[in-house]
Amino acid sequence: MSATKARSRPVPAARPEPSRRPTGPVRSDVWRSPLRGPWLTSFLGVLLVPAITVIALTGFISHWAYHPELAGNATIAPGFDIPVLFQFPQSWPSWDYAATQGTHITLGLMTVPLVLAKLWSVIPKLFKWPTVRNLAGMLERLSLLLLVGSVLVEFLTGIFAIEDYSPLGVNFYPVHYYGAWVFGTVFVLHACLKFPVVRRAYRERGALKPLRAGLRETQPEPPGSSELAPVNPADPTISRRGLLAMVGGASLTIFAVQAGQSIGGPFRRLAPMAPRGREFGTGPNDFQVNHTAASAQITPAMTGARWRVTVVGATSVALSRQRLLAMAQATETLTISCTEGWSTTQRWTGVRLVDLARLVGASPGAILRAVSLETVGVNSQASLAAEQWSDQRALLALRVNGAELSPDHGYPARVIVPGAPGLHNTKWVRELRFEAA
Amino acid sequence: MRRAWGLGRFRRRYGASPLHLAGHLVVFAIAAFAIDRIASGAGLAKLIVLYAGLVIAHDLIFLPAYSGLDRAARAALARLPAPQSARVPVINHVRAPALISGLLLIIYAPLISGKADAGYLQASGHHLEGYLRNWLMISVVLFLGSGLIYAVRVRRAVVNARV
Repeated sequence: MSATKARSRPVPAARPEPSRRPTGPVRSDVWRSPLRGPWLTSFLGVLLVPAITVIALTGFISHWAYHPELAGNATIAPGFDIPVLFQFPQSWPSWDYAATQGTHITLGLMTVPLVLAKLWSVIPKLFKWPTVRNLAGMLERLSLLLLVGSVLVEFLTGIFAIEDYSPLGVNFYPVHYYGAWVFGTVFVLHACLKFPVVRRAYRERGALKPLRAGLRETQPEPPGSSELAPVNPADPTISRRGLLAMVGGASLTIFAVQAGQSIGGPFRRLAPMAPRGREFGTGPNDFQVNHTAASAQITPAMTGARWRVTVVGATSVALSRQRLLAMAQATETLTISCTEGWSTTQRWTGVRLVDLARLVGASPGAILRAVSLETVGVNSQASLAAEQWSDQRALLALRVNGAELSPDHGYPARVIVPGAPGLHNTKWVRELRFEAA
Repeated sequence: MRRAWGLGRFRRRYGASPLHLAGHLVVFAIAAFAIDRIASGAGLAKLIVLYAGLVIAHDLIFLPAYSGLDRAARAALARLPAPQSARVPVINHVRAPALISGLLLIIYAPLISGKADAGYLQASGHHLEGYLRNWLMISVVLFLGSGLIYAVRVRRAVVNARV
Protein backbone atom coordinates (compact mmCIF):
# COMPACT_ATOMS: atom_id res chain seq x y z
CA MET A 1 0.00 0.00 0.00
CA SER A 2 3.00 2.28 -0.15
CA ALA A 3 4.45 2.35 -3.63
CA THR A 4 5.94 5.73 -2.93
CA LYS A 5 7.84 7.25 -5.78
CA ALA A 6 10.96 8.79 -4.35
CA ARG A 7 12.26 10.77 -7.29
CA SER A 8 14.55 12.94 -5.17
CA ARG A 9 16.03 9.99 -3.33
CA PRO A 10 19.52 9.06 -4.58
CA VAL A 11 20.08 5.53 -5.80
CA PRO A 12 22.27 3.69 -3.26
CA ALA A 13 25.83 3.94 -4.50
CA ALA A 14 26.61 0.28 -3.87
CA ARG A 15 24.14 -0.93 -6.48
CA PRO A 16 25.65 -1.74 -9.89
CA GLU A 17 24.19 0.56 -12.51
CA PRO A 18 22.85 -0.97 -15.71
CA SER A 19 24.29 0.49 -18.89
CA ARG A 20 21.03 2.22 -19.84
CA ARG A 21 19.78 3.51 -16.54
CA PRO A 22 16.01 3.00 -16.32
CA THR A 23 13.74 5.73 -15.14
CA GLY A 24 10.22 5.93 -13.73
CA PRO A 25 8.46 2.79 -12.48
CA VAL A 26 11.12 0.46 -13.92
CA ARG A 27 13.58 1.84 -11.37
CA SER A 28 13.85 -0.93 -8.84
CA ASP A 29 13.76 1.49 -5.89
CA VAL A 30 10.38 2.93 -6.79
CA TRP A 31 8.33 0.13 -5.21
CA ARG A 32 8.86 0.75 -1.53
CA SER A 33 6.22 -1.14 0.42
CA PRO A 34 8.06 -3.09 3.14
CA LEU A 35 5.42 -5.82 2.98
CA ARG A 36 6.17 -6.94 -0.56
CA GLY A 37 8.44 -9.94 -0.96
CA PRO A 38 8.41 -13.62 -1.87
CA TRP A 39 6.79 -14.65 1.43
CA LEU A 40 3.75 -12.37 1.05
CA THR A 41 3.25 -13.28 -2.60
CA SER A 42 3.66 -16.98 -1.75
CA PHE A 43 1.13 -16.76 1.06
CA LEU A 44 -1.44 -15.03 -1.17
CA GLY A 45 -0.73 -17.53 -3.96
CA VAL A 46 -1.21 -20.50 -1.63
CA LEU A 47 -4.58 -19.06 -0.56
CA LEU A 48 -5.56 -18.63 -4.21
CA VAL A 49 -4.91 -22.26 -5.18
CA PRO A 50 -7.87 -23.82 -3.32
CA ALA A 51 -10.13 -20.86 -4.12
CA ILE A 52 -9.41 -21.00 -7.86
CA THR A 53 -9.69 -24.80 -7.84
CA VAL A 54 -13.18 -24.73 -6.32
CA ILE A 55 -14.29 -21.89 -8.62
CA ALA A 56 -12.99 -23.76 -11.68
CA LEU A 57 -14.54 -27.10 -10.67
CA THR A 58 -17.95 -25.59 -9.91
CA GLY A 59 -17.73 -23.69 -13.20
CA PHE A 60 -17.12 -26.87 -15.19
CA ILE A 61 -19.85 -28.66 -13.21
CA SER A 62 -22.24 -25.90 -14.27
CA HIS A 63 -21.13 -26.24 -17.88
CA TRP A 64 -21.83 -29.99 -17.78
CA ALA A 65 -25.09 -29.55 -15.85
CA TYR A 66 -26.45 -27.99 -19.06
CA HIS A 67 -26.18 -31.47 -20.64
CA PRO A 68 -24.30 -29.95 -23.58
CA GLU A 69 -24.28 -33.36 -25.29
CA LEU A 70 -28.05 -33.09 -25.95
CA ALA A 71 -29.50 -31.31 -28.98
CA GLY A 72 -29.73 -27.55 -28.60
CA ASN A 73 -28.28 -27.41 -25.08
CA ALA A 74 -24.67 -26.55 -25.86
CA THR A 75 -23.73 -22.99 -24.98
CA ILE A 76 -20.57 -23.20 -27.08
CA ALA A 77 -19.93 -25.02 -30.35
CA PRO A 78 -19.98 -28.70 -29.27
CA GLY A 79 -17.36 -29.80 -31.79
CA PHE A 80 -14.76 -27.79 -29.90
CA ASP A 81 -15.38 -29.00 -26.38
CA ILE A 82 -13.97 -31.67 -24.08
CA PRO A 83 -16.17 -34.61 -23.07
CA VAL A 84 -18.61 -34.28 -20.18
CA LEU A 85 -16.86 -35.64 -17.08
CA PHE A 86 -19.50 -35.21 -14.40
CA GLN A 87 -23.26 -34.83 -14.16
CA PHE A 88 -25.49 -34.69 -11.12
CA PRO A 89 -27.12 -38.04 -10.30
CA GLN A 90 -30.90 -37.65 -9.96
CA SER A 91 -30.63 -39.25 -6.50
CA TRP A 92 -29.05 -36.03 -5.22
CA PRO A 93 -31.26 -33.32 -3.63
CA SER A 94 -32.93 -30.88 -6.00
CA TRP A 95 -30.70 -28.07 -4.72
CA ASP A 96 -27.43 -29.71 -5.84
CA TYR A 97 -26.95 -27.31 -8.74
CA ALA A 98 -28.01 -24.40 -6.52
CA ALA A 99 -25.22 -25.34 -4.11
CA THR A 100 -22.45 -25.67 -6.68
CA GLN A 101 -23.46 -22.61 -8.67
CA GLY A 102 -24.05 -20.54 -5.52
CA THR A 103 -20.51 -21.54 -4.51
CA HIS A 104 -19.14 -20.60 -7.93
CA ILE A 105 -20.62 -17.10 -7.79
CA THR A 106 -20.18 -16.34 -4.09
CA LEU A 107 -16.65 -17.72 -3.79
CA GLY A 108 -15.77 -16.03 -7.07
CA LEU A 109 -16.78 -12.64 -5.72
CA MET A 110 -15.06 -13.35 -2.39
CA THR A 111 -11.83 -14.06 -4.27
CA VAL A 112 -11.75 -10.61 -5.92
CA PRO A 113 -9.91 -9.00 -2.95
CA LEU A 114 -7.41 -11.85 -2.89
CA VAL A 115 -6.69 -11.56 -6.62
CA LEU A 116 -6.22 -7.79 -6.36
CA ALA A 117 -3.90 -8.20 -3.36
CA LYS A 118 -1.89 -10.82 -5.26
CA LEU A 119 -1.55 -8.49 -8.25
CA TRP A 120 -0.54 -5.64 -5.94
CA SER A 121 2.14 -7.82 -4.37
CA VAL A 122 3.78 -8.64 -7.73
CA ILE A 123 3.52 -5.26 -9.47
CA PRO A 124 7.33 -4.63 -9.33
CA LYS A 125 7.70 -7.65 -11.63
CA LEU A 126 5.77 -5.88 -14.36
CA PHE A 127 8.34 -3.12 -14.40
CA LYS A 128 11.35 -5.40 -13.94
CA TRP A 129 14.47 -4.13 -15.71
CA PRO A 130 15.95 -5.45 -17.94
CA THR A 131 12.67 -6.83 -19.24
CA VAL A 132 13.90 -10.18 -20.58
CA ARG A 133 17.27 -11.85 -20.43
CA ASN A 134 16.61 -14.99 -22.45
CA LEU A 135 13.95 -17.04 -24.21
CA ALA A 136 12.77 -18.63 -20.95
CA GLY A 137 12.20 -15.20 -19.47
CA MET A 138 10.33 -14.08 -22.57
CA LEU A 139 8.01 -17.09 -22.51
CA GLU A 140 7.39 -16.58 -18.82
CA ARG A 141 6.53 -12.92 -19.38
CA LEU A 142 4.09 -13.85 -22.11
CA SER A 143 2.45 -16.46 -19.87
CA LEU A 144 2.14 -13.92 -17.05
CA LEU A 145 0.48 -11.45 -19.42
CA LEU A 146 -2.03 -14.18 -20.31
CA LEU A 147 -2.47 -15.04 -16.64
CA VAL A 148 -3.26 -11.47 -15.60
CA GLY A 149 -5.37 -10.75 -18.69
CA SER A 150 -7.43 -13.91 -18.34
CA VAL A 151 -8.03 -13.60 -14.60
CA LEU A 152 -9.33 -10.06 -15.11
CA VAL A 153 -11.49 -11.17 -18.05
CA GLU A 154 -12.96 -14.09 -16.08
CA PHE A 155 -13.87 -11.93 -13.10
CA LEU A 156 -15.19 -9.01 -15.16
CA THR A 157 -17.36 -11.13 -17.48
CA GLY A 158 -18.65 -13.15 -14.52
CA ILE A 159 -19.52 -10.08 -12.49
CA PHE A 160 -21.24 -8.36 -15.41
CA ALA A 161 -23.23 -11.52 -16.20
CA ILE A 162 -24.68 -11.94 -12.70
CA GLU A 163 -25.72 -8.28 -12.77
CA ASP A 164 -27.50 -8.59 -16.14
CA TYR A 165 -25.10 -6.02 -17.55
CA SER A 166 -23.72 -6.59 -21.05
CA PRO A 167 -21.92 -3.48 -22.28
CA LEU A 168 -19.30 -5.46 -24.19
CA GLY A 169 -21.75 -6.89 -26.70
CA VAL A 170 -20.12 -10.31 -26.59
CA ASN A 171 -21.73 -13.70 -25.97
CA PHE A 172 -20.97 -14.46 -22.33
CA TYR A 173 -20.59 -18.25 -22.58
CA PRO A 174 -17.63 -18.66 -24.99
CA VAL A 175 -15.72 -15.70 -23.58
CA HIS A 176 -16.10 -16.92 -19.99
CA TYR A 177 -15.72 -20.64 -20.80
CA TYR A 178 -12.68 -20.47 -23.06
CA GLY A 179 -11.29 -17.68 -20.89
CA ALA A 180 -11.33 -20.29 -18.12
CA TRP A 181 -9.28 -22.59 -20.36
CA VAL A 182 -6.68 -19.88 -20.83
CA PHE A 183 -6.66 -18.89 -17.17
CA GLY A 184 -6.80 -22.46 -15.85
CA THR A 185 -3.90 -23.80 -17.88
CA VAL A 186 -1.65 -20.77 -17.30
CA PHE A 187 -2.57 -20.86 -13.60
CA VAL A 188 -1.50 -24.50 -13.30
CA LEU A 189 1.78 -23.76 -15.08
CA HIS A 190 2.40 -20.73 -12.88
CA ALA A 191 1.67 -22.70 -9.69
CA CYS A 192 4.10 -25.45 -10.78
CA LEU A 193 6.85 -22.98 -11.69
CA LYS A 194 6.46 -21.01 -8.48
CA PHE A 195 6.25 -24.01 -6.18
CA PRO A 196 10.03 -23.90 -5.43
CA VAL A 197 9.75 -20.16 -4.71
CA VAL A 198 6.95 -20.81 -2.22
CA ARG A 199 8.87 -23.64 -0.62
CA ARG A 200 11.99 -21.50 -0.24
CA ALA A 201 10.04 -18.55 1.15
CA TYR A 202 8.25 -20.77 3.67
CA ARG A 203 11.49 -22.49 4.66
CA GLU A 204 13.39 -19.24 5.11
CA ARG A 205 10.70 -17.23 6.81
CA GLY A 206 8.29 -19.83 8.18
CA ALA A 207 4.91 -20.58 6.64
CA LEU A 208 2.98 -18.62 9.25
CA LYS A 209 5.69 -16.92 11.30
CA PRO A 210 5.51 -13.52 9.56
CA LEU A 211 1.86 -13.37 10.64
CA ARG A 212 2.93 -13.18 14.27
CA ALA A 213 4.65 -9.83 13.75
CA GLY A 214 2.67 -6.77 14.80
CA LEU A 215 3.32 -3.38 13.22
CA ARG A 216 6.39 -2.68 15.34
CA GLU A 217 7.98 -6.05 14.56
CA THR A 218 7.22 -5.90 10.83
CA GLN A 219 10.48 -6.15 8.88
CA PRO A 220 10.98 -6.01 5.11
CA GLU A 221 12.14 -9.19 3.42
CA PRO A 222 15.84 -9.07 2.44
CA PRO A 223 16.16 -7.13 -0.85
CA GLY A 224 18.47 -9.67 -2.49
CA SER A 225 15.92 -12.48 -2.15
CA SER A 226 13.75 -11.54 -5.12
CA GLU A 227 12.64 -8.64 -7.32
CA LEU A 228 9.55 -8.49 -5.15
CA ALA A 229 11.32 -7.35 -2.00
CA PRO A 230 11.97 -3.59 -2.04
CA VAL A 231 15.61 -2.43 -2.30
CA ASN A 232 14.62 0.78 -0.59
CA PRO A 233 11.80 -0.10 1.83
CA ALA A 234 9.65 2.56 3.46
CA ASP A 235 8.71 2.35 7.13
CA PRO A 236 5.79 -0.05 7.57
CA THR A 237 2.37 1.49 8.18
CA ILE A 238 0.59 -1.85 8.47
CA SER A 239 1.66 -5.36 9.42
CA ARG A 240 1.39 -8.30 7.04
CA ARG A 241 -1.36 -9.79 9.17
CA GLY A 242 -3.09 -6.41 9.07
CA LEU A 243 -3.04 -6.46 5.27
CA LEU A 244 -4.32 -10.04 5.20
CA ALA A 245 -7.01 -9.15 7.74
CA MET A 246 -8.20 -6.37 5.43
CA VAL A 247 -8.31 -8.79 2.49
CA GLY A 248 -10.16 -11.37 4.58
CA GLY A 249 -12.49 -8.71 5.96
CA ALA A 250 -13.33 -7.65 2.43
CA SER A 251 -14.07 -11.28 1.45
CA LEU A 252 -16.30 -11.79 4.48
CA THR A 253 -18.15 -8.53 3.80
CA ILE A 254 -18.78 -9.65 0.22
CA PHE A 255 -20.10 -12.97 1.55
CA ALA A 256 -22.39 -11.13 3.97
CA VAL A 257 -23.91 -8.82 1.37
CA GLN A 258 -24.13 -11.44 -1.40
CA ALA A 259 -24.63 -15.04 -0.24
CA GLY A 260 -28.31 -14.67 0.78
CA GLN A 261 -29.47 -14.78 -2.84
CA SER A 262 -27.98 -18.25 -3.24
CA ILE A 263 -29.19 -19.63 0.09
CA GLY A 264 -32.67 -18.19 -0.46
CA GLY A 265 -35.57 -18.13 1.97
CA PRO A 266 -35.29 -15.54 4.75
CA PHE A 267 -31.59 -15.03 3.97
CA ARG A 268 -32.44 -13.34 0.67
CA ARG A 269 -33.45 -10.18 2.48
CA LEU A 270 -30.10 -10.16 4.29
CA ALA A 271 -28.13 -9.74 1.06
CA PRO A 272 -28.32 -6.00 0.47
CA MET A 273 -25.95 -5.91 -2.54
CA ALA A 274 -26.82 -9.22 -4.24
CA PRO A 275 -28.38 -8.65 -7.68
CA ARG A 276 -31.30 -10.89 -6.68
CA GLY A 277 -31.15 -10.25 -2.97
CA ARG A 278 -34.68 -8.97 -2.56
CA GLU A 279 -38.30 -9.96 -2.45
CA PHE A 280 -40.95 -8.02 -4.25
CA GLY A 281 -43.94 -9.13 -2.18
CA THR A 282 -45.43 -12.01 -0.25
CA GLY A 283 -47.76 -13.41 -2.92
CA PRO A 284 -47.41 -16.97 -4.26
CA ASN A 285 -45.76 -15.71 -7.47
CA ASP A 286 -43.57 -12.98 -5.95
CA PHE A 287 -40.26 -14.83 -6.28
CA GLN A 288 -37.44 -14.10 -8.71
CA VAL A 289 -37.56 -14.78 -12.45
CA ASN A 290 -34.66 -14.94 -14.89
CA HIS A 291 -36.56 -13.37 -17.77
CA THR A 292 -40.02 -11.87 -17.95
CA ALA A 293 -42.96 -12.65 -20.23
CA ALA A 294 -42.58 -9.16 -21.69
CA SER A 295 -38.92 -9.69 -22.56
CA ALA A 296 -39.80 -13.08 -24.11
CA GLN A 297 -42.56 -11.38 -26.13
CA ILE A 298 -45.27 -13.63 -24.73
CA THR A 299 -48.70 -12.04 -25.24
CA PRO A 300 -52.03 -12.96 -23.53
CA ALA A 301 -53.37 -14.10 -26.92
CA MET A 302 -50.63 -16.75 -27.13
CA THR A 303 -51.45 -18.16 -23.70
CA GLY A 304 -55.27 -17.83 -23.80
CA ALA A 305 -58.04 -20.42 -24.26
CA ARG A 306 -56.59 -21.57 -27.60
CA TRP A 307 -53.26 -22.56 -26.05
CA ARG A 308 -52.39 -26.26 -26.30
CA VAL A 309 -49.30 -28.22 -25.41
CA THR A 310 -48.44 -30.80 -28.05
CA VAL A 311 -46.95 -33.94 -26.52
CA VAL A 312 -45.17 -36.15 -29.03
CA GLY A 313 -43.92 -39.70 -28.51
CA ALA A 314 -45.01 -42.85 -30.36
CA THR A 315 -48.31 -41.01 -30.66
CA SER A 316 -49.09 -37.36 -30.38
CA VAL A 317 -51.69 -35.43 -28.43
CA ALA A 318 -52.58 -31.76 -27.99
CA LEU A 319 -53.64 -30.98 -24.44
CA SER A 320 -55.53 -27.92 -23.25
CA ARG A 321 -54.98 -26.53 -19.78
CA GLN A 322 -58.32 -28.06 -18.68
CA ARG A 323 -57.18 -31.49 -19.88
CA LEU A 324 -53.89 -31.12 -18.03
CA LEU A 325 -55.67 -30.05 -14.83
CA ALA A 326 -57.97 -33.08 -15.15
CA MET A 327 -54.95 -35.42 -15.11
CA ALA A 328 -53.40 -36.71 -11.87
CA GLN A 329 -51.77 -33.73 -10.14
CA ALA A 330 -48.56 -33.93 -8.16
CA THR A 331 -46.99 -31.36 -5.83
CA GLU A 332 -43.23 -31.13 -5.36
CA THR A 333 -40.95 -28.70 -3.54
CA LEU A 334 -38.21 -27.92 -6.03
CA THR A 335 -35.44 -25.37 -6.39
CA ILE A 336 -34.93 -23.12 -9.38
CA SER A 337 -31.25 -22.29 -9.49
CA CYS A 338 -30.08 -19.74 -11.99
CA THR A 339 -26.65 -19.86 -13.59
CA GLU A 340 -26.34 -16.30 -12.26
CA GLY A 341 -26.03 -17.85 -8.79
CA TRP A 342 -29.39 -17.06 -7.19
CA SER A 343 -31.93 -19.70 -6.32
CA THR A 344 -35.45 -20.00 -4.99
CA THR A 345 -37.34 -23.02 -3.64
CA GLN A 346 -41.11 -23.20 -4.22
CA ARG A 347 -44.02 -25.68 -4.13
CA TRP A 348 -45.00 -26.62 -7.66
CA THR A 349 -48.15 -28.48 -8.74
CA GLY A 350 -48.76 -30.08 -12.12
CA VAL A 351 -48.58 -33.26 -14.18
CA ARG A 352 -45.62 -35.58 -13.77
CA LEU A 353 -43.50 -35.76 -16.92
CA VAL A 354 -43.46 -39.57 -16.61
CA ASP A 355 -47.28 -39.57 -16.84
CA LEU A 356 -47.13 -37.49 -20.04
CA ALA A 357 -44.49 -39.87 -21.42
CA ARG A 358 -46.75 -42.83 -20.70
CA LEU A 359 -49.69 -41.02 -22.34
CA VAL A 360 -47.88 -40.84 -25.70
CA GLY A 361 -45.97 -44.13 -25.39
CA ALA A 362 -42.54 -42.54 -25.21
CA SER A 363 -39.61 -44.94 -25.04
CA PRO A 364 -37.88 -44.97 -21.62
CA GLY A 365 -34.51 -43.84 -22.96
CA ALA A 366 -35.92 -40.93 -24.94
CA ILE A 367 -34.67 -37.38 -24.72
CA LEU A 368 -37.34 -34.80 -23.93
CA ARG A 369 -37.15 -31.62 -25.93
CA ALA A 370 -39.28 -28.89 -24.33
CA VAL A 371 -40.12 -26.06 -26.72
CA SER A 372 -41.35 -22.67 -25.57
CA LEU A 373 -43.66 -20.12 -27.14
CA GLU A 374 -40.60 -17.92 -26.87
CA THR A 375 -38.94 -18.16 -30.26
CA VAL A 376 -35.38 -16.86 -29.90
CA GLY A 377 -32.49 -17.30 -27.52
CA VAL A 378 -31.22 -19.84 -25.02
CA ASN A 379 -34.57 -20.03 -23.24
CA SER A 380 -36.62 -20.97 -26.32
CA GLN A 381 -36.04 -24.71 -25.84
CA ALA A 382 -34.14 -27.23 -23.75
CA SER A 383 -33.40 -30.94 -24.02
CA LEU A 384 -33.70 -33.09 -20.90
CA ALA A 385 -31.92 -36.42 -20.51
CA ALA A 386 -33.98 -39.57 -19.84
CA GLU A 387 -32.92 -39.65 -16.19
CA GLN A 388 -34.04 -36.03 -15.78
CA TRP A 389 -37.60 -36.34 -17.13
CA SER A 390 -38.14 -39.81 -15.67
CA ASP A 391 -37.34 -38.46 -12.19
CA GLN A 392 -40.62 -38.82 -10.26
CA ARG A 393 -40.31 -35.20 -9.07
CA ALA A 394 -40.12 -33.71 -12.58
CA LEU A 395 -43.30 -31.82 -13.51
CA LEU A 396 -45.07 -29.91 -16.17
CA ALA A 397 -46.13 -27.34 -13.57
CA LEU A 398 -49.46 -25.51 -13.84
CA ARG A 399 -49.58 -23.95 -10.38
CA VAL A 400 -47.12 -22.69 -7.79
CA ASN A 401 -47.68 -22.28 -4.04
CA GLY A 402 -51.37 -23.08 -4.54
CA ALA A 403 -51.97 -20.35 -7.15
CA GLU A 404 -51.99 -20.18 -10.95
CA LEU A 405 -48.58 -19.60 -12.45
CA SER A 406 -48.13 -15.92 -13.20
CA PRO A 407 -47.21 -14.91 -16.78
CA ASP A 408 -43.60 -14.24 -15.71
CA HIS A 409 -43.34 -17.72 -14.19
CA GLY A 410 -44.46 -19.44 -17.37
CA TYR A 411 -48.30 -19.54 -17.49
CA PRO A 412 -49.98 -21.65 -18.85
CA ALA A 413 -47.40 -24.38 -18.11
CA ARG A 414 -43.71 -24.76 -17.45
CA VAL A 415 -41.24 -27.56 -16.96
CA ILE A 416 -39.67 -27.94 -13.53
CA VAL A 417 -37.00 -30.60 -12.96
CA PRO A 418 -34.75 -31.11 -9.95
CA GLY A 419 -31.10 -30.20 -10.15
CA ALA A 420 -30.94 -28.56 -13.58
CA PRO A 421 -29.75 -25.05 -14.38
CA GLY A 422 -32.76 -22.74 -14.03
CA LEU A 423 -33.07 -21.97 -17.73
CA HIS A 424 -33.77 -25.64 -18.49
CA ASN A 425 -37.08 -25.28 -16.65
CA THR A 426 -38.65 -24.13 -19.92
CA LYS A 427 -41.48 -21.61 -19.49
CA TRP A 428 -44.59 -21.07 -21.69
CA VAL A 429 -44.25 -24.63 -23.02
CA ARG A 430 -45.93 -25.29 -26.37
CA GLU A 431 -44.41 -28.67 -27.21
CA LEU A 432 -42.96 -31.65 -25.35
CA ARG A 433 -41.24 -33.96 -27.81
CA PHE A 434 -39.90 -37.32 -26.61
CA GLU A 435 -37.22 -38.14 -29.17
CA ALA A 436 -35.13 -41.29 -29.57
CA ALA A 437 -31.70 -40.76 -28.06
CA MET B 1 28.23 -36.90 -18.14
CA ARG B 2 27.59 -36.16 -21.77
CA ARG B 3 23.89 -35.77 -21.08
CA ALA B 4 24.51 -33.45 -18.15
CA TRP B 5 26.75 -31.31 -20.33
CA GLY B 6 24.01 -31.08 -22.99
CA LEU B 7 21.47 -30.11 -20.36
CA GLY B 8 23.84 -27.46 -19.04
CA ARG B 9 24.22 -25.96 -22.49
CA PHE B 10 20.44 -25.98 -22.97
CA ARG B 11 19.98 -24.22 -19.64
CA ARG B 12 22.56 -21.58 -20.49
CA ARG B 13 21.08 -20.87 -23.90
CA TYR B 14 17.39 -21.11 -23.03
CA GLY B 15 17.57 -19.88 -19.46
CA ALA B 16 15.69 -22.70 -17.73
CA SER B 17 15.12 -26.45 -17.82
CA PRO B 18 13.61 -28.26 -20.84
CA LEU B 19 10.55 -28.94 -18.67
CA HIS B 20 10.04 -25.18 -18.42
CA LEU B 21 9.99 -24.95 -22.21
CA ALA B 22 7.71 -27.98 -22.60
CA GLY B 23 5.25 -26.64 -20.02
CA HIS B 24 5.06 -23.28 -21.77
CA LEU B 25 4.59 -24.84 -25.20
CA VAL B 26 1.72 -27.03 -23.97
CA VAL B 27 0.04 -24.11 -22.20
CA PHE B 28 0.45 -21.79 -25.18
CA ALA B 29 -1.02 -24.41 -27.49
CA ILE B 30 -4.13 -24.77 -25.30
CA ALA B 31 -4.37 -21.02 -24.82
CA ALA B 32 -4.03 -20.41 -28.58
CA PHE B 33 -6.87 -22.84 -29.26
CA ALA B 34 -9.07 -21.23 -26.60
CA ILE B 35 -8.29 -17.71 -27.78
CA ASP B 36 -9.08 -18.73 -31.35
CA ARG B 37 -12.46 -20.05 -30.16
CA ILE B 38 -13.26 -16.81 -28.35
CA ALA B 39 -12.08 -14.76 -31.32
CA SER B 40 -14.32 -16.74 -33.70
CA GLY B 41 -17.35 -15.69 -31.66
CA ALA B 42 -16.49 -12.29 -30.27
CA GLY B 43 -14.04 -11.12 -32.94
CA LEU B 44 -10.31 -10.72 -32.49
CA ALA B 45 -10.45 -6.94 -32.10
CA LYS B 46 -12.85 -7.12 -29.16
CA LEU B 47 -10.81 -9.89 -27.62
CA ILE B 48 -7.58 -7.89 -27.78
CA VAL B 49 -9.34 -4.83 -26.42
CA LEU B 50 -10.75 -6.94 -23.58
CA TYR B 51 -7.53 -8.68 -22.55
CA ALA B 52 -5.01 -5.93 -23.20
CA GLY B 53 -7.41 -3.22 -22.05
CA LEU B 54 -7.98 -4.91 -18.71
CA VAL B 55 -4.26 -5.49 -18.09
CA ILE B 56 -3.50 -1.86 -18.91
CA ALA B 57 -6.49 -0.63 -16.89
CA HIS B 58 -5.41 -2.61 -13.85
CA ASP B 59 -1.62 -2.28 -13.95
CA LEU B 60 -1.23 1.24 -15.29
CA ILE B 61 -4.38 3.00 -14.06
CA PHE B 62 -6.18 1.24 -11.22
CA LEU B 63 -3.17 0.13 -9.15
CA PRO B 64 -1.29 3.46 -9.44
CA ALA B 65 -4.56 5.28 -8.69
CA TYR B 66 -5.25 3.49 -5.41
CA SER B 67 -1.58 3.65 -4.44
CA GLY B 68 -1.74 7.40 -5.06
CA LEU B 69 -4.92 7.71 -2.99
CA ASP B 70 -3.23 5.81 -0.19
CA ARG B 71 -0.20 8.13 -0.34
CA ALA B 72 -2.45 11.19 -0.33
CA ALA B 73 -4.40 9.87 2.65
CA ARG B 74 -1.22 9.21 4.59
CA ALA B 75 0.16 12.66 3.76
CA ALA B 76 -3.10 14.29 4.82
CA LEU B 77 -3.19 12.36 8.09
CA ALA B 78 0.47 13.18 8.79
CA ARG B 79 -0.38 16.88 8.58
CA LEU B 80 -3.02 16.58 11.30
CA PRO B 81 -1.84 17.74 14.74
CA ALA B 82 -0.59 14.66 16.57
CA PRO B 83 -2.80 14.03 19.61
CA GLN B 84 -2.05 11.92 22.63
CA SER B 85 -3.34 9.04 20.55
CA ALA B 86 -0.40 9.33 18.16
CA ARG B 87 0.80 5.89 19.21
CA VAL B 88 -2.31 4.38 17.67
CA PRO B 89 -1.92 4.95 13.91
CA VAL B 90 -5.16 6.18 12.40
CA ILE B 91 -4.31 5.31 8.79
CA ASN B 92 -5.44 1.69 8.90
CA HIS B 93 -8.76 2.71 10.41
CA VAL B 94 -9.29 4.70 7.22
CA ARG B 95 -7.72 2.13 4.88
CA ALA B 96 -9.79 -0.86 5.97
CA PRO B 97 -13.28 0.63 5.53
CA ALA B 98 -12.18 2.51 2.40
CA LEU B 99 -10.79 -0.67 0.86
CA ILE B 100 -13.92 -2.72 1.57
CA SER B 101 -16.29 0.05 0.52
CA GLY B 102 -14.24 0.63 -2.65
CA LEU B 103 -14.28 -3.07 -3.51
CA LEU B 104 -18.05 -3.23 -3.11
CA LEU B 105 -18.32 -0.17 -5.35
CA ILE B 106 -16.23 -1.86 -8.06
CA ILE B 107 -17.98 -5.23 -7.88
CA TYR B 108 -21.49 -3.82 -7.79
CA ALA B 109 -20.86 -0.74 -9.96
CA PRO B 110 -23.42 -1.72 -12.65
CA LEU B 111 -26.11 -2.01 -9.94
CA ILE B 112 -25.06 1.02 -7.87
CA SER B 113 -24.76 3.32 -10.90
CA GLY B 114 -27.96 2.01 -12.46
CA LYS B 115 -26.07 1.16 -15.68
CA ALA B 116 -27.47 -2.38 -15.63
CA ASP B 117 -31.08 -1.18 -15.39
CA ALA B 118 -32.20 -2.18 -18.91
CA GLY B 119 -30.88 -5.74 -18.64
CA TYR B 120 -32.07 -6.04 -15.05
CA LEU B 121 -35.62 -5.00 -16.01
CA GLN B 122 -35.73 -7.56 -18.83
CA ALA B 123 -34.51 -10.28 -16.51
CA SER B 124 -36.26 -9.58 -13.23
CA GLY B 125 -39.24 -7.43 -14.21
CA HIS B 126 -38.12 -4.70 -11.80
CA HIS B 127 -36.00 -1.58 -12.02
CA LEU B 128 -32.74 -1.33 -10.10
CA GLU B 129 -33.54 0.30 -6.84
CA GLY B 130 -31.84 0.82 -3.54
CA TYR B 131 -28.34 -0.39 -4.44
CA LEU B 132 -26.78 3.08 -4.14
CA ARG B 133 -28.54 3.57 -0.81
CA ASN B 134 -27.48 0.13 0.45
CA TRP B 135 -23.88 0.69 -0.57
CA LEU B 136 -23.79 4.08 1.14
CA MET B 137 -25.31 2.62 4.29
CA ILE B 138 -22.84 -0.28 4.36
CA SER B 139 -19.99 2.19 3.83
CA VAL B 140 -21.22 4.41 6.68
CA VAL B 141 -21.44 1.36 8.96
CA LEU B 142 -17.91 0.26 7.97
CA PHE B 143 -16.41 3.70 8.64
CA LEU B 144 -18.33 4.13 11.90
CA GLY B 145 -17.33 0.64 13.06
CA SER B 146 -13.70 1.30 12.20
CA GLY B 147 -13.87 4.67 13.99
CA LEU B 148 -15.37 3.02 17.04
CA ILE B 149 -12.54 0.47 17.17
CA TYR B 150 -10.07 3.35 16.81
CA ALA B 151 -11.69 5.20 19.71
CA VAL B 152 -11.49 2.10 21.91
CA ARG B 153 -7.82 1.59 21.00
CA VAL B 154 -6.98 5.24 21.73
CA ARG B 155 -8.75 5.07 25.08
CA ARG B 156 -6.89 1.92 25.98
CA ALA B 157 -3.58 3.56 24.98
CA VAL B 158 -4.35 6.60 27.13
CA VAL B 159 -5.29 4.44 30.13
CA ASN B 160 -2.14 2.34 29.70
CA ALA B 161 -0.02 5.51 29.45
CA ARG B 162 -1.42 6.73 32.82
CA VAL B 163 -0.63 3.39 34.46
